[in-house]
This record gives sequence, structure tokens and C-alpha cells, in this order.
Amino acid sequence: MGMDFSTLRTLISRYCVGEENWVDSRTIYIGHKEPPPGTEAFIQQRFPDNRIVSSKYTFWNFIPKNMFEQFRRVANFYFLIIFLVQLIIDTPTSPVTSGLPLFFVITVTAIKQGYEDWLRHKADNAVNQCSVHVVHHGKVVRKQSRKLRVGDVVLVKEDETFPCDLILLSSSRDDGTCFVTTASLDGESSHKTYYAVQETKAYNTEKEVDTIHATIECEQPQPDLYKFVGRINIYMTNEPVARPLGSENLLLRGATLKNTEYIYAVVIYTGMETKMALNYQSKSQKRSAVEKSMNAYLVVYLCILISKALINTALKYVWQSDPNKDEPFYNQKTEVERQRHVLIRAFTDFLAFMVLFNYIIPVSMYVTVEMQKFLGSYFIMWDDEMFDEELGERAVVNTSDLNEELGQVEYVFTDKTGTLTENNMEFIECCVDGHVYVPHAICNGQVMPGAAGMDMIDSSPGPAAREHEELFFRALCLCHTVQVKEEDTVDGIKHGIHQGKSTSFYISSSPDEVALVEGMKRLGFTYLRLKDGQMEILNREDEVEKFELLEVLTFDSVRRRMSVIVKASTGEVYLFCKGADSSIFPRVISGKVDQVRARVEQNAVEGLRTLCVAYRSLSPEQYEEVFQLLNRAKLALQDRDKQLAEAYDLIEKDLILLGATAVEDRLQEKAADTIESLHKAGIKVWVLTGDKMETAAATCYASKLFHRNTQILELTTKRTEEQSLHDVLFELSRTVLRQHGGMTRDTFSELSGDCTDYGLIIDGATLSAVMRPGQEGSNSGNYKEKFLEICRNCSAVLCCRMAPLQKAQIVKLIKASEEHPITLAIGDGANDVSMILEAHVGIGIMGKEGRQAVRNSDYAIPKFKHLKKMLLVHGHYYYIRISELVQYFFYKNVCFIFPQFLYQFFCGFSQQPLYDTAYLTLYNISFTSLPILLYSLIEQHINMDILKKDPCLYRDIAKNSLLRWPTFIYWTVLGVYDAIVMFFGAYFLFDNTTFTSNGQLMTTNTQMMFGNWTFGTLVFTVLVFTVTFKLALDTHYWTWINHFVIWGSLIFFVVFSLLWGGIIWPFLNYQRMYYVFMQMLSSGPAWLSIILLITASLLPDVVKKVIWRTLWPTTTERIQQGRDNKRYERALAYMSSDSLLME
Amino acid sequence: MMASSYNAKEEDGHHSGASSGTGLSKNKKPDNTAFKQQRLPAWQPILTAGSVLPAFFVIGLIFIPIGIGLYVTSNNIKEFEIDYTGVSSDSPCYNCAKNFTWNTTEPCVCTVNFTLLQPFESNVFMYYGLSNFYQNHRRYVKSRDDRQLNGDLSALTDPSKECEPYRKSGDVSIAPCGAIANSLFNDTLVLYYVDSNNSKIEVPLVKKGIAWWTDKHVKFRNPAGNSNLTLAFRDTAKPVNWAKPVYELDPSDPDNNGFINEDFIVWMRTAALPTFRKLYRIIQKKSGTTPTLPNGNYMLNITYNYPVLSFDGRKRMILSTISWMGGKNPFLGIAYITVGSICFFLGVVLLIIHHKYDNRNTSADIPS
Repeated sequence: MGMDFSTLRTLISRYCVGEENWVDSRTIYIGHKEPPPGTEAFIQQRFPDNRIVSSKYTFWNFIPKNMFEQFRRVANFYFLIIFLVQLIIDTPTSPVTSGLPLFFVITVTAIKQGYEDWLRHKADNAVNQCSVHVVHHGKVVRKQSRKLRVGDVVLVKEDETFPCDLILLSSSRDDGTCFVTTASLDGESSHKTYYAVQETKAYNTEKEVDTIHATIECEQPQPDLYKFVGRINIYMTNEPVARPLGSENLLLRGATLKNTEYIYAVVIYTGMETKMALNYQSKSQKRSAVEKSMNAYLVVYLCILISKALINTALKYVWQSDPNKDEPFYNQKTEVERQRHVLIRAFTDFLAFMVLFNYIIPVSMYVTVEMQKFLGSYFIMWDDEMFDEELGERAVVNTSDLNEELGQVEYVFTDKTGTLTENNMEFIECCVDGHVYVPHAICNGQVMPGAAGMDMIDSSPGPAAREHEELFFRALCLCHTVQVKEEDTVDGIKHGIHQGKSTSFYISSSPDEVALVEGMKRLGFTYLRLKDGQMEILNREDEVEKFELLEVLTFDSVRRRMSVIVKASTGEVYLFCKGADSSIFPRVISGKVDQVRARVEQNAVEGLRTLCVAYRSLSPEQYEEVFQLLNRAKLALQDRDKQLAEAYDLIEKDLILLGATAVEDRLQEKAADTIESLHKAGIKVWVLTGDKMETAAATCYASKLFHRNTQILELTTKRTEEQSLHDVLFELSRTVLRQHGGMTRDTFSELSGDCTDYGLIIDGATLSAVMRPGQEGSNSGNYKEKFLEICRNCSAVLCCRMAPLQKAQIVKLIKASEEHPITLAIGDGANDVSMILEAHVGIGIMGKEGRQAVRNSDYAIPKFKHLKKMLLVHGHYYYIRISELVQYFFYKNVCFIFPQFLYQFFCGFSQQPLYDTAYLTLYNISFTSLPILLYSLIEQHINMDILKKDPCLYRDIAKNSLLRWPTFIYWTVLGVYDAIVMFFGAYFLFDNTTFTSNGQLMTTNTQMMFGNWTFGTLVFTVLVFTVTFKLALDTHYWTWINHFVIWGSLIFFVVFSLLWGGIIWPFLNYQRMYYVFMQMLSSGPAWLSIILLITASLLPDVVKKVIWRTLWPTTTERIQQGRDNKRYERALAYMSSDSLLME
Repeated sequence: MMASSYNAKEEDGHHSGASSGTGLSKNKKPDNTAFKQQRLPAWQPILTAGSVLPAFFVIGLIFIPIGIGLYVTSNNIKEFEIDYTGVSSDSPCYNCAKNFTWNTTEPCVCTVNFTLLQPFESNVFMYYGLSNFYQNHRRYVKSRDDRQLNGDLSALTDPSKECEPYRKSGDVSIAPCGAIANSLFNDTLVLYYVDSNNSKIEVPLVKKGIAWWTDKHVKFRNPAGNSNLTLAFRDTAKPVNWAKPVYELDPSDPDNNGFINEDFIVWMRTAALPTFRKLYRIIQKKSGTTPTLPNGNYMLNITYNYPVLSFDGRKRMILSTISWMGGKNPFLGIAYITVGSICFFLGVVLLIIHHKYDNRNTSADIPS
């Protein structure tokens, strides 16, 4: 229905408005020449200039805009509010304590962003000011790139980059083609051919090109790099001619001209409207599970903070109800304070308490987490093991926000071709009418003479078959889009195929085609080149055959086939069609379908990629009809793709089957090992592929996704044709559940045992049936759930015949299922982009199918095998590190603030801070920041090699296990305990007794009294040491950096305190800390109590750890201990031998 | 981190060719350094029952003796405390406490008698103690001007705003300003020894050396430029509650007068908790074998100036000897003994656990 409506709407708009005035099209006057009168009104549309602006700020708006951007983040805003509260009302701590850290964070971020923007400005300027050649009144003049306007005709020379989106008018080549590499746009380094319109290709000097009189109508710019529709109207002959323009005429900004001396082209999209600029849009941000937990913790802490403030405010007013306590004679209020309304007073008191306790949510946590993620991601890029020599590529991190998510993956969705397999095709065999031909051997590029190059498996064919055979080989030689690249060097090594005099090799966007053409060469038919619309073939008799290429019906993933229409030198017109079996067989009217089908199926089972080849000979009338059909479709401005598809559908019919080919796509190195490891790690691996079921299943077996004893459940069209979908689903779920139920009743050991392992195969059509929101809503929801239930109990799932969007749908379905598992999608092609964007973590493989997947991914790795290290090692480490980071940060701030809370009970709830301002400010910034940051960068609880060797360890951290509520509560309780020990330890030393000391020396007999600042300093000293030692106890990997940072920050604290108290600071208007630290250290009991309190604070955590480790060890801990025991035993043995010697 | 992803694209777009150039592929190979490959040499300790056990026993064995030592030392310290607030009617200071008014010219004097059962050897320290007195109240703590106390002349005549409402008396600024200074403890305590023939011998009380050396010599300074304190403070008013101006705190000794008066300095160091003691005087040990304070009867003569009853406070006088670890403080000793015993006990528990479970675990270890 929807489709009908849209066509209707198009029709209506076409009749009402008239094609030319569509809002979404533009008219370009080449060389700014008016069209001849009478054709249409000359409306000069306004277009932007060719300035590229990728920078976000200008010099003037940087500060306000950047501030606004930064304070839009909730955390920053919260700290700003706290800071403002401190500025406005009379608060216990000076605004510096929160202002300074905030200022620091904001400034650092602003500097970073400013620098990045400056770089962007510089890059923009470099691009905008580089000169381009423009044809102006028949002369070539130089112009700055940013001054280019739509309609200018530009001259681009070899190896220059196109300054904007252009339509090719003519080139130095006679055939009006040019070669372009789009490596910088999508990473495809192959040369693509672009075509000039027939009518303009002859105008290839600046004088001639200036005489071109034409207009271009095209759509308004859109970001799709591969789509373009337009029309050129040429007024140079008497009759205006209209020619279609497509993406084969459009040269994109950013692409580079290759192998062509120069071209002339007209500017159609400029500046920010070029397709490259439109593709700048950033991806939506993904958030990791850790970040979600962190936010949940934040909410809890915010609640704690507010309730603390509320409790204290309430208690304050209870306490103050006695006027003698509120205002004793020694501590009167000012007149202003007295007159303030009680509600306002209560409110300001509440705010003051908030300010006092606000350190419980520290600014520095965000900074540290960001730094950890940013710096940590470098270890992924630096990883030597994830470097691929062959490609010369290393892992790329596009978003460092998701490092720890790599340790949480539960589902891996992988593409097959190019991801599991090499995407390095090798021609294996072909089958013509049931006769199988196998190239003799790998020929090192040597052409095998005649039929000696192949083995006939079946009996030699009869004369009728002979004709088919010839046609088949010619079909494969002609039906492709392969280019021949002559005499070129890539990587400095000539790896062309030596052939005749010149060296040449084949390039194509599809590796299958290259494999086929090369395979044909081995069977005796060599495709030479495409010249002047003539395809030249060298046949077995070393004769050159010429075919005129009339039409190419290009490949698309919906049709899954492509065709060419050629005219033989004899004048016969053929249509050769090649495509997937499922798309060819229904269109075949004759040929040995059964034999070929049998062979295709057999090959598919062996994991080969099969293609079927068919032909149709066209009579001249038929061809004329076809030509008209195609031309009409090509000229359409709107819905051209749809019209073309319809035209193709009409043309590719009544085919005669010739045969089939088989191409092998080898598995990637260590793909099976990787998949096995992922399985052991408790990760479910799903293969999503567009390939056919048999091929895909074979790959799955080869890659150990399915084992010999895996029971395969099929959910395919074949089955659903026999039974209704409903029945199949219910039957499968019953099978799975019966087994499952039986298992729980049986011994538990079976769980790990290999008794029954289910693998599910589902195809695209069935999947869409399952997903379709059915007529009876209740029933369809049921389907989805049933399906999920089956999937959950299968260790491996294979989805074949998937459209790109379906891949994303599957990922979404799993993501939304009730357990909300963490998903990872990995793929290399453009068809995987949707699932890469959809999954929690998207990984791109730097494969052969271009760079789109890499560009859209969160991480990119050269090979599939690197996924193992990425997840099992890096993911595991990052998860451990960040979870400790988060927990530790909350812990240390509980320790920090809780004594302050307790102190309120002893200072009349007057918001008196326990610690000095400097301590309040620097605690999180410098005294305790670096150890945890470096811990979170280099901690390794287990060696890398063990992690890789033993994938089971990955299960230990599954389901966010280190950040669950019990752990969080444990840390918080520990923090509260430490705070209580520290506070009351100091309290009992001070309370009611003289905590006094004998000053510098006994002899001076000076009895010192310690005041409240000494009290706070004592608590603070114990706090800094406890918190740092706690981290030291958690560190399992002590490199020199850890030693340096941990002991260094303790030393820094002591040195700072000595300095801070050592001088009367002239800029301070209070000297409360003067000599406090020194006096404290000169007192014996202070030392004793510091040691005691640190010990008492750390004790429970150590005991808990040791007992848990002994009684309920996790696998990780067992392995750690195993390692330790070995060392221990060795030491014991050593010692005993020593003692023996001694005796 | 959005920026980094943006940058990646940026590079794709602008510096085309350069990054995709095949010639650079060698440069992309990561450096094989220990740091970058996360293979820095490291010490990898683990907390297991086996490794922690000795530490527990060691801690226990060290802490318990320390604790015992501390406890014994603390118990050897002699301390005498007497409350002279005068709450109950039979208290000698009852009348002074009850009839207290500000601005009396006639000071109220009361005398408390007490007996020391044991002689106090070595130096004896005399403290006054206040209870329920919130010296750590925020409004109170900040109500001072350290610049003024450091002798800053501008701050002398224009004290910090923090001193409100004790900043100015009329138009004249107060020196020393603020609530802390204003509420200076001003009871005068005099101690007499009543010997066997009932004659009173005044115990000599040393009033210097009771404040931190740095406070007295660096942090607190009289206004510079004028050796005559009366002149130095001429533009200032005395704190409201004070009977006499700051330059008459100790007219007898110019080194103990004005801001550097040690009683004043001691008071200015605000106490941490609402119940506190402050050092008042030192009773120096006499030469020879006679104890500083022999056992017997004493008389404490109090000039009762300081009102505490209004906020339900208490005043005490404390006499104490000290040891190497300061005054009497049983807490530290007890705490050390407790923590030491807990460590020892845990050590034993862990030993049992270690023997019972650890071997089993290691035998069931994963064979890696």
C-alpha cells in the first residue's frame, strides 16, 4: 500500500509542478551560460561557495560556545552549581575548593578542543586556499579552491584531488573515461572508471570546452556516496539532447585522478554540500555498561549526599532549639544573620551541607575515567600482536568510550565473507551442462595452451555441448566489470600476469569476478581489455575475438545477478547473465537444470561459492526494445533505481542455463581457533551472511562454529513450506527445552559436557516471517519469543541469505531481549555497517571490500583472529581496570567525606570542615589521583598469555560481575568502616584526654595542645595512607611505574604538607595550618596512632580477600594461586635443600 | 572522545593519500617496547592465606607489646582533675557562678580544697578544661584575623569581615578581633600547698612555654613599629568581654604581652571537640629529690570570671604529669592491644583455613 501511495504522490507532483521546478533538484549552467531562449527560464539559483568548514568555533565565539558545550554535561553542570552556591552563600569551604578543580577540568578540555579546532582551521585553510585550474573564457586561470562556484568548469590534472563534486565532461583519453581512486573516501584503492557523456567527450581542450553549451539538472546533494541521478541537456545541435547522468559520471571531492593526464569537469556541488562533507556527520554515541553502572552509583551517591545534608540540617535545628546552644555568649551571630528568615536560613544551611559533602562525587572521577579510556586505548593501537604484516595495518580505535565493553561481550555477530574467510577467491571448477572442468594446476600466471589446461571429469562432451561450452567461457569472459590494469606497479612489485608483451592484471570491486576471469584464463580464454566499447578476448586458438559491449546491467544485492548485452563480430546479440543460483534458476527456460543444480548444491556443501551462468540471444528487434526500456529508465530523474530494477527484471528472463562456477573463499588464518576460544569464553557466536545456506554451513563447520556432534536445527523456507512457521517454531523449542529440562534433572556435569549442542540455521525469508508484526499481534510476539528461546539454547546460530538491514534487525532483537546482553558485531563490508552501528560494540575488519565498515566501527582490526586478543586480553583488562577505578573512586571519597559528616555531630552541626581547604582541594586532584590512574592503565591481574590460553577466564567477569550491587555495597561499607575507624580513632585520642606531646625535645618540656586543624590533619594523613595502601593491596602488577606513583604520591603528600605548614603564606588570610603538620609529626602518639589506624582500616579488607580466595576462589584466583604455589613450592624446595646442607 | 573519532575521519578527508600510502605501512608497525606491549617487568604479589599469615603474626607480636607498654606508661601518669564550675549549692564556687554578671568591677573569688594522695614527680602540667564549649563551631573558628594577629598594621585598624560581630566597637576596630579572642578564658587559678602546720605555700606556676614555639615567635606578633604596646594599640578598642585591653594581658613581662601572650595564643588554637583542656601553667620540678607536688592538701584559688552555666558548660582544673607519649591516654594502649590480639587471632584462624582448604584447592587446580 505504502508503495502505491508514494508512486501516486510522485505522479501527482510531476503533473502539478512540472519536473524542472522540484524543490529537490538543481539546475547548473555549465560555464554560467544561459540556455537558449524558449527552453526554460534562466533562474540562477544560489549555491554556497566551495569553502569547507569543519571547525566548530571561530576566534570570537570559542569561549562562550565551548563553555556552553561543556556545561551541558550533567556532571560539569553539577559542579558549576556547587561552585556558584559557594560563591553566593556563606559556605564552610571556600569556592576555591570546587572552583579550582572545575576550572582545571574545563580549561584542559577547552585547550584540547581549542587545539583540535585550530588544527581543523589549519586543515580547512589549507584546503580552501589551494589553487585550482578554472576555465574562464577559453583560458585556464588559477583560482583559490574556496572561490569555486557551481557551474565553473575546472581542469584537474593527474594525481590531483578533486576540489568539489564534479561531473566529468571530457578527459585526455579519447573514450572520455578517467580513472579515479577513492581511497580517501571509502578506502577502496582500486581504480574506478568514470565516464564522460558521449556528446561532450570530444571537447578536451580549454577552448573547446568553453564552447560547451549545456545545463545539468540533478538532485540536491545527499550523503550517499554511491547514488546520484541527474540529466544533462545539450543545446549544441539543433535538437537539444538529454542524457542521463549517474554516479559513473560524478567525481567526488576527495577522490584522486589517476592514470589520466587531465580532465575537464563542471562543478555541481560545492563546499559543505559535497558528498564528502555531508558524510562528516558524527555517529551517535554509544555508552558502555560500565558507564551505566557508574551513573547508577552516582544516583545512589547523590541520594546519600542529599540525605546526609538533610539529616544534618534537621539535626542542626533540633540542636539549636536551645538558644544558649544556638548563640552562646562567646559566639554571637551578626545582626544580619539574626534577622534572616528561618526558612532561608535552613535552606542555606542545607546548601552549605551539600557543599561540604559534595566531594563525595568528585570532578576528578570524570577526568580520570576519560583519561583512562583515552590513554588506555593506545595500548590497543600499540599492540604488536594485532599488527598485520601483510596489510601493514594495526588496530584502530575510533571510540575509546567502549574499551571495557570489550570485556563484557556475550554475543558476537560476525559476517562470513571477508571476516571469517579471506575474501581471497580462487577459481576451483566450473560445470557446463553437468560436465566439470577443473583448471589443471595453479599456473603462476602462465596460460595453458588449449584444453591441456583442464581435466575433464565427465566423458568428453558431444558437439552440441561443445557449443555451450564455448558460450559459457565467453560468457564468463564478458559478463563482468573487471578492469585490466596495464603495466602498473603496486607496492613496487609487479604482480601482474605476464601475458604477451605487456604486463597487466585485473582489478575489480568484487574478488569473485577477478577469480572467475583468471580462472577462464587458465581454461584458455583470456580477457584482454575493453577498448572503444569493444571487449577483446583471446581464445584458445590465440585469436582475438571482439565483442561490442552494448549494455551492462550492474550487480545489486537485491537481484543478486548481473548481465551484459554484447554484440559479437558476427552480428548476433547476446545477453549473458551471471548470478546466484536462486536468482537464476527461476528465470531459466531451458538447459540441463537438474545436473547443474546438483553440482551447485554439492559444491555449496563443500563451502564453495557458486554462481550460475545463463544466456539469452536477442534478435535486433528485441534488442531495440531492450534499449528503449533501459534508456527510459536511465533518463528518469526520480525513482531511477526502481525503474531500472523493473527494466532489468523485464530484460533478464527466458534465459538458457549454461553452467555454474565454483570459487573457494579460504578461511582466515586461525578463524577456527578464534571461534573456539570465543565459545569457551562463553560468548555465543552468530554468523550472519548473505551467502546461501549450504556454503555458509560448510564454512561454519570448517570454522568449528558447528561441531560434528552439533545437532542442527533448521528454520528455513524449505521447512516452513512443508509445515507452518508456527508448528516448526514450537517443535524446535520443544526439542531444545526437552533437552534442557532433562539436563537439569540429570547430573550437572552434563552442562559442560558435549552431550548435545544445538546449532540453529535460519534464513532471511523465515527470519522476516518471524519478525513480521503479524495480523494477530499476540501470536507474532509469541513467535519472536519462541525464536529467542530457541536461540538462547543454541550455542551457535547461522543466519544466511540476510539483507544488510536484517543483520541489524537481528542484533537489535538480541539487544532488546530480556537479559539485555552485550553484543558485538564484526564485519568488513558496506553491508555490515548497519549491524556495526547497531551493536553495542562494532568492529570493522580492514578487508578487501573497502573501508566503510572500518570508518563506521568503534574499533578496527586487520584480521578476524585479532578479535581473540581484543576481547580476551584487552577487553578483560580494561574491564578489570575500569571497574576497580570506579569502585575505588567512590570508596576513597566515602572515606574522605564520611569523617566530615561524623564531625558535624561534634561541632554543633555548624558545617565546620574537618580538613583544611588545601587538603579538600588537592585530595582528589593530586594526593590520590595518579596511583589509581596508572593502576587503571597498567594493572594485569593475570598474565596476558594465560588470558589468551584460557578463555574460560572471560566468564569470570561476564555480566558486569565486578560492578554489581553487592560489590558496590561492599566497597561503600568498607569506605564507611574506614571512615569510622579513622574518625573515632582520632576522636578517642583527643577526647577527654590530653592528646599532648612533648614538643621538639623532652628537655624543653613544652606541652603542646592540639587544635581542630591538627585533628583534621591526623585524620587526613591516615586517610591518604589508608586509601593508597588499599590500592597497593589491590595491585597485582607492580611495575616501576606503580612503585614510583604510589610511593611518589605519598611522599608528595608529606612534602606538600610540610611546605604548606612551613611558611606563613602571604596570600592567605588565614594561617590555620601553620606548623600543624610538623607539630603532629613531632608527637610520638601521633605516629603510633597513624600506624594503628592504618592497620585497623586495612585489616578487614585483607581478611575478607584472603578468606574469600581460600574458601570460594574464582577461576581467576585459582590460576593466580596456581602460579604462586608453583613459585612457593620451588622456594620451599630450595629452602629445604638449603637447610639440609646446613645440617 | 567524540573528537578522536572525528579526527580519524578528518584525516581520511584532508590528508588523503598520505595515510593510505603503501610506503608508510612500515611506519604503522607498533614499536616493540615493553611498555607499549604491556610487558614491563613486574612484581606480581597475591594476597593468599599463606603469604598473609606471617604478616598477621608479626603484626600481632609487635602490636601487643607496644600496646602493653603504652598502657602501662599511661597508667603510670598521675592525673588529678577537679570540677570547680559550682553547679551544686555545696560547691565553693556556687555563689560566684550564680551571681555572675558581666562588667563587675569586683571579681568573685572562690577557693577549692583538694588532697593529692600520691606525690607528683617530675614536671606537672596544669590545665583548665571546658566542657560543652563549642570552640569548633564554624562561626567561631573562622572569627579571627590571622593578619591582625601577625602584626599587620592595616589589619589592625581594619580587621577582616570574618570577625563580625566582634569586629568593631562603635567606630573603633577591636584588637584582637573576633569571637575567639573575645571569649578568652580569663579565670585566674592560683595553687597553694597547705603544709602540715596549715600554712599556705604558693606553688610557683610558670606561665611561659605553654604555647607552640612557632606560634609565639612567628605566627603571632605584636604590631610592628612601636615598642610601646599601649601606643601600638592606641587606635583599637579592647574586645567587648575583656576587662582590660590586650596590652595589659601581662604588663609585667613585655615578652608575654599583647598578641604574644601565651595564654592568649593557647586559647586562639581552637579545640577539636566540645570538651577540651588547655594548658594553663607548668609546675617546674624542683631540684633534688622532693617531688614537684608532694602528697597532701592543696588549695585552689579561683578568680571566677568566666561564665559557663548559661550554656550548661563545665570548668575543670587538671594536674597531670607526662611521659614520653604525652599525657594520660589509655586508649592508644588498649587499641594497640586489641588490634594486635585481633591480628593474632585472625592469624590462627587463617592458619586453620589455610591448612584445611588451601591444599584441597591447589590439588584441584586447573592443570594449566
